Amino acid sequence: MAVTASPERDIVATPMQRATREALYAGAIALGLFVLFIGLKTDQNISNELILVQRWGLLAIVVVLTMAGRFLYVAYGQPFLANQKIVDVATGLLPESMATRFFRLPYFLAAIITVAVLVFLAGSLDGLLGPGLAGYARFLRALAIIYALASVMFYFRTFIHAHFSALGITALALYPVIVVLVLALYGGSVAAGFQGSLKWVDNFGIQILIYVMLAWGLNIVVGLAGLLDLGYVAFYAVGAYAYALLGTQYGLSFWILLPAAGAMAAFWGVLLGFPVLRLRGDYLAIVTLAFGEIIRLVLINWREVTNGSAGISGIPKVTFFGLMTFNVSDPNYIAKVFDIATSSAYYKIFLYYLILGLCLLTAFVTIRLRRMPVGRAWEALREDEIACRSLGINTTTTKLTAFATGAMFGGFAGSFFAARQGFVSPESFIFLESAIILAIVVLGGMGSLVGIAVAAMVMIGGTEVLRELDFLKQVFGPDFTPELYRMLLFGMAMVIVMLWKPRGFVGSREPTAFLKESRAVSGSFTKEGHG
Amino acid sequence: MSDASPSMNDAILQVEHLSMKFGGLVAIGDLSFQARRGEITALIGPNGAGKTTVFNCITGFYKPSEGMITLSRRDGSSFLLERLPNHEIPARAKVARTFQNIRLFSGMTLLENLLVAQHNKLMKASGYTVLGLFGFSGYRMASAESIDLARHWLEKADLVDRADDPAGDLPYGAQRRLEIARAMCTGPELLCLDEPAAGLNPKESMALNALLMDIKDNTGTSILLIEHDMAVVMQISDHVVVLEYGRKISDGSPHAVRTDPRVIAAYLGVEDEDVETVLTEVGDEDVIEQLDTGPDSAHGPGTSSSFLAGPVTDTVGHSEGERVTVSKAASKAGQVDARSSAAASKPSAAKSSAAKPATKAPVKPKTPGVSNRRGGRK
Ligand SMILES: Nc1ncnc2c1ncn2[C@@H]1O[C@H](COP(=O)(O)OP(=O)(O)OP(=O)(O)O)[C@@H](O)[C@H]1O
Ligand SMILES: [Mg+2]
Repeated sequence: MAVTASPERDIVATPMQRATREALYAGAIALGLFVLFIGLKTDQNISNELILVQRWGLLAIVVVLTMAGRFLYVAYGQPFLANQKIVDVATGLLPESMATRFFRLPYFLAAIITVAVLVFLAGSLDGLLGPGLAGYARFLRALAIIYALASVMFYFRTFIHAHFSALGITALALYPVIVVLVLALYGGSVAAGFQGSLKWVDNFGIQILIYVMLAWGLNIVVGLAGLLDLGYVAFYAVGAYAYALLGTQYGLSFWILLPAAGAMAAFWGVLLGFPVLRLRGDYLAIVTLAFGEIIRLVLINWREVTNGSAGISGIPKVTFFGLMTFNVSDPNYIAKVFDIATSSAYYKIFLYYLILGLCLLTAFVTIRLRRMPVGRAWEALREDEIACRSLGINTTTTKLTAFATGAMFGGFAGSFFAARQGFVSPESFIFLESAIILAIVVLGGMGSLVGIAVAAMVMIGGTEVLRELDFLKQVFGPDFTPELYRMLLFGMAMVIVMLWKPRGFVGSREPTAFLKESRAVSGSFTKEGHG
Repeated sequence: MSDASPSMNDAILQVEHLSMKFGGLVAIGDLSFQARRGEITALIGPNGAGKTTVFNCITGFYKPSEGMITLSRRDGSSFLLERLPNHEIPARAKVARTFQNIRLFSGMTLLENLLVAQHNKLMKASGYTVLGLFGFSGYRMASAESIDLARHWLEKADLVDRADDPAGDLPYGAQRRLEIARAMCTGPELLCLDEPAAGLNPKESMALNALLMDIKDNTGTSILLIEHDMAVVMQISDHVVVLEYGRKISDGSPHAVRTDPRVIAAYLGVEDEDVETVLTEVGDEDVIEQLDTGPDSAHGPGTSSSFLAGPVTDTVGHSEGERVTVSKAASKAGQVDARSSAAASKPSAAKSSAAKPATKAPVKPKTPGVSNRRGGRK
């Protein structure tokens, strides 16, 4: 009886009553959760004594916000979502989708006008509105730009969907050019364009692409072969130190050391692979994690070779195949060759195209391998290892090739990282990096290159964007540093994506061969592998 | 059903003195039999008799405690299977198998499942990936051929319409056929099928029989078959080996096995009335009384956990501590033997013509189905 009674009560209660009740519950839970987290804070006073700071106001704000959120969701959000699924009696149609209501021409025009006005006023904003409001105005401008871009993408969504990869690659290839052009127009000179592009090309472009490459490399091990590797950053470190040491000690060029670093990482991949072959699932994960830590500790403690935690600096820059260099003092410095103004942006743009090329190589090899027997064997291994053995597949070598291939791309990315940074230290190869790379693979949808690229863009780009949100300082005070909340954002984004799409952005898998037509395999059939 | 020409040369598989022990449990004890080339050999026996264990020894998933398993290929080469590593048995000795609980690559399409089965061939054609990566024509040809072979077996298994669907999406019967098709794509000389008809409806069962007969007649592949469904066994097999508690209790043509009293006692595959007549023919009502009590469950292994539950070390635990050994008394076939010899030595034993009808068969004839198979022996 009790089971049948409660739904009835829910039906009888109006949404308002229900919302009030649930808001109260949510408030009580929030209070219980945060009373010690937010309400109280331990601090040190001037005489170094531990004191308790009370922050009841902040606690109240958090609790009230939680209650309001829950109330609005239950009172308006849920009925609205339910209505979305109900067909109109008169027309027989479903209500307009949220998206079509959100992206409308008038809104789009309004956004364009806002952007135009704010850009036009850019210089005088501070004078007109004061520094506080100007911060909000810039934020508004950013939102309007995002909205306008999103509207355009929404309008062309079928086209974009059909040609996603081609469009994506074109956009990535044109990205530095567009950045430089836009900033040159904005700043009024080409030099300003190059100078301003530094941040956008380096912090966003290169940073994201490094993670795309790492995640694509790890995808071979985790996404395809189903071997949970928590120590992937070790291969990244091997690649980086291989380039750093051989480059500084023997002065070898990047173009020789890139394959060498890849080979070295692959070798370590096999070395790691051998002992862990018999392990599965959780055990494999723990051993790979330990392997990552061991490599890092060796880097810290083997001072004679690696210079310990101080790291290696003065790593040579990449040259344009020896024809041009990016050192101002060299006779064949790029600006001298082309007789243009000196700028550090050339190197960054060159690096951008280099990592883009490496990423495309990774994608190409992965796509090719998937359609070859070894790639199919990786996926079969993820699906069922025993069946693989019953079909005569040597699971040992298959796992080793997966480890080696994944590690090789990690090594490539590592040597690129060393070249870009000019400095490596064990600091860069902590477990958190492995976790982030793995998170990107999982969020993107294991095995899907496009999904992983999008996930890297969202996760890495998102955390970089946080640095730009200076206006938040207006809200939370000048002490507020948005970057510190990167990991919070990361975690929240993961939870949201996993609730909304449990299999990642792209949950389905593309078959590698077909007889009549290629239909994507739903994620509910694929397995994650057991190690 | 040809019992003729039992020469050594046409045996494709020869199992000699095979024993497999899990701790104290003797899953197979001194088993010898042979499967002849081009024939369908059935391996039958009650739950937990050790049939799947025999398969696991043949296909290298278990290393037998003792014994020799020889496989002779058509080209004259022969392999000692217990010495080959697991994955080389399909690759070099050309033995393919299916599993009692289906093991497909469920997230891959039917076609991909069949392509994975041709891994070794394609691997060679692709120059161990290197040549294939650069798009050599030799690999492209091999790849087209492998798709043709896959299509061929999809057609045989009547699955070609669903070639591009994920294997996990297929109904149960179709999954069984796909698993057989996948095994055939490895180009085997010996095909080991573990209960292929389990869980099939009569129509699917018929189709399966046709598929197996087709494989036997047109590819020359010999088949070793575990099956509980006696209709299937009697209909298609040329030779039957009966196991009980890991020991062979009978071996011969389906007809001979069917009328072997020890088989009937151990594994009632015929009608109750037939049992009665056979047993009265053998001539001792004590046998029937003995049968009614059933075997002592304390002696037999508790449940039939096949290796699929995990690696050996995982499942061996249940026999830890107490040494479980299968006593000869637990075997019903053994009881028949003992009783009939006792009856022979005591001619004065009264013969009652009004034999008590065997109302309660200790082992019910098997109904196909997966769920009811576990712990069927009470
Ligand atoms: N890995 C293992 N560890 C321990 N005991 C095992 C293992 N595999 C099988 N056994 C035991 O060996 C005996 C034979 O099992 P097997 O699975 O071969 O029987 P079966 O004849 O295939 O039965 P079924 O008809 O139920 O499939 C059973 O008692 C089982 O418990
Ligand atoms: Mg079995």
